[in-house]
Amino acid sequence: MIFLRRQVPLLITLITGLVFAGQYYVPHPASEQMLTSVTKWLQIIGGFALVLGVSSLFHVHAVKIRRKEAGWGYSFVLYVGMLGTIAVGLWANGKEAVDGAMTAFGWVYNFMMVPLQSTMFAILAFFIASAAYRSFRARSREAAVLLIAAVIVMMGRVPLGEYLIPLSGDLSQWILNVLNASVRRAILIGVSLGTVALSIKIIFGMERSYLGGGKE
Amino acid sequence: MSIELIIGAWVATGLTFFIFTFLYKDNPLFKLAENLYVGVSVGYTIVKTYDTVIIQLIWKPIVEQGEWTLLIPVAIGMLMLTRYAPKAAWISRYAFAFIVGVGSGLAIPRTISSFILKQIEDTVRPLLMLVPGEGVTFTWSLLNPASSLNAIIILVGVCSVLFYFFFSVEHTGPGKVVARTGVMFLMIAFGAAFGYTVMARMSLLIGRLTDLIEFSDSSYGSPSLWLLGLTILTLVVMARRSSSKQPKEE
Repeated sequence: MIFLRRQVPLLITLITGLVFAGQYYVPHPASEQMLTSVTKWLQIIGGFALVLGVSSLFHVHAVKIRRKEAGWGYSFVLYVGMLGTIAVGLWANGKEAVDGAMTAFGWVYNFMMVPLQSTMFAILAFFIASAAYRSFRARSREAAVLLIAAVIVMMGRVPLGEYLIPLSGDLSQWILNVLNASVRRAILIGVSLGTVALSIKIIFGMERSYLGGGKE
Repeated sequence: MSIELIIGAWVATGLTFFIFTFLYKDNPLFKLAENLYVGVSVGYTIVKTYDTVIIQLIWKPIVEQGEWTLLIPVAIGMLMLTRYAPKAAWISRYAFAFIVGVGSGLAIPRTISSFILKQIEDTVRPLLMLVPGEGVTFTWSLLNPASSLNAIIILVGVCSVLFYFFFSVEHTGPGKVVARTGVMFLMIAFGAAFGYTVMARMSLLIGRLTDLIEFSDSSYGSPSLWLLGLTILTLVVMARRSSSKQPKEE
């Protein structure tokens, strides 16, 4: 049983890992076709993963409503929002507009989801500003550099900033395209080295946490 | 103006104000909008996934084109659902092993090629350029990201930041200078990222305010004005209720 529960998954990982790592070096139509197919397969399997996540959300809020726990009314609102959107979405075949006319699903998207999402992110502007006020005081040389870079980029992104400090537009572009790019590049190289190392560990069974705990 | 646009304007305005009430404090109006947001987003994702995966990737190819091999990923996906039965949950490992194995295999050569070698190639560029008619030149323009001066700055930035994160060597002597340079580059990048994010959020805020101004028009029934008043009134009532409750509890 241990073989089926523990060794077979590791074997599947080893074989698929080696096959698809090797696929990159085989410039043959069959190899390309295999890549196209597996990409589609991963999308399909990912859809089933969504079922796991959503059912968990369903369960948590259903329990809250059934036990009438504190704030169960909000769980009810969540359910209504979710089921309502699913109902109109299926009714409209997942299309926001048909022949240029907005469907009910499109209405939900335009007048509920977009305003909620953008307002949720927009209020972060206030919190970022207050956080900046508390933490951006130039207490050290590093903090001062961070503060100056942030101010220049902010000024360079708006016409008023460019009007007040004419150089800020060019300076902002230079910071973003050169200084910021070099740091992003270094971090990307570091992260990529880590990704490759982790992938090798996974393929050869040194990293097994993705199999989860529980019984062998 | 159509009735669905008018109702839409009222709903969008109301939900926008409900979210903005969080700037005052956490309150039932915000929680209502927050939970509605989660519900609508999840519902939207479910519908889109159903349309993309079930209809476009499974149903149509199998029924219309006879691609029966697609039943294999469907079967692998079904294995994931064994998580619901504790005794058979271990079978879901096969699905996870497949996804993780394929993902790792695909990641290794592509990451090395695109994110390591390509990035190094773009960093280690010739410092001098051969311009026809001018011969070998060194370009000083800071505004041109491809200039020779910027190539040196990028090279110094990449090397110093990488060295800062390299902990196998103690950062003392010349190493300390390099690491400090890396820290400075990091701070500039963090500041730039912060400034960029703040302006992106500001742009969203301006978008919401523009909508509110548009919806204050009488052709929509002035929902911005009515709902602003109603939201403020609700907050005042709730604040009074909670303040009158507190002494009793004490």
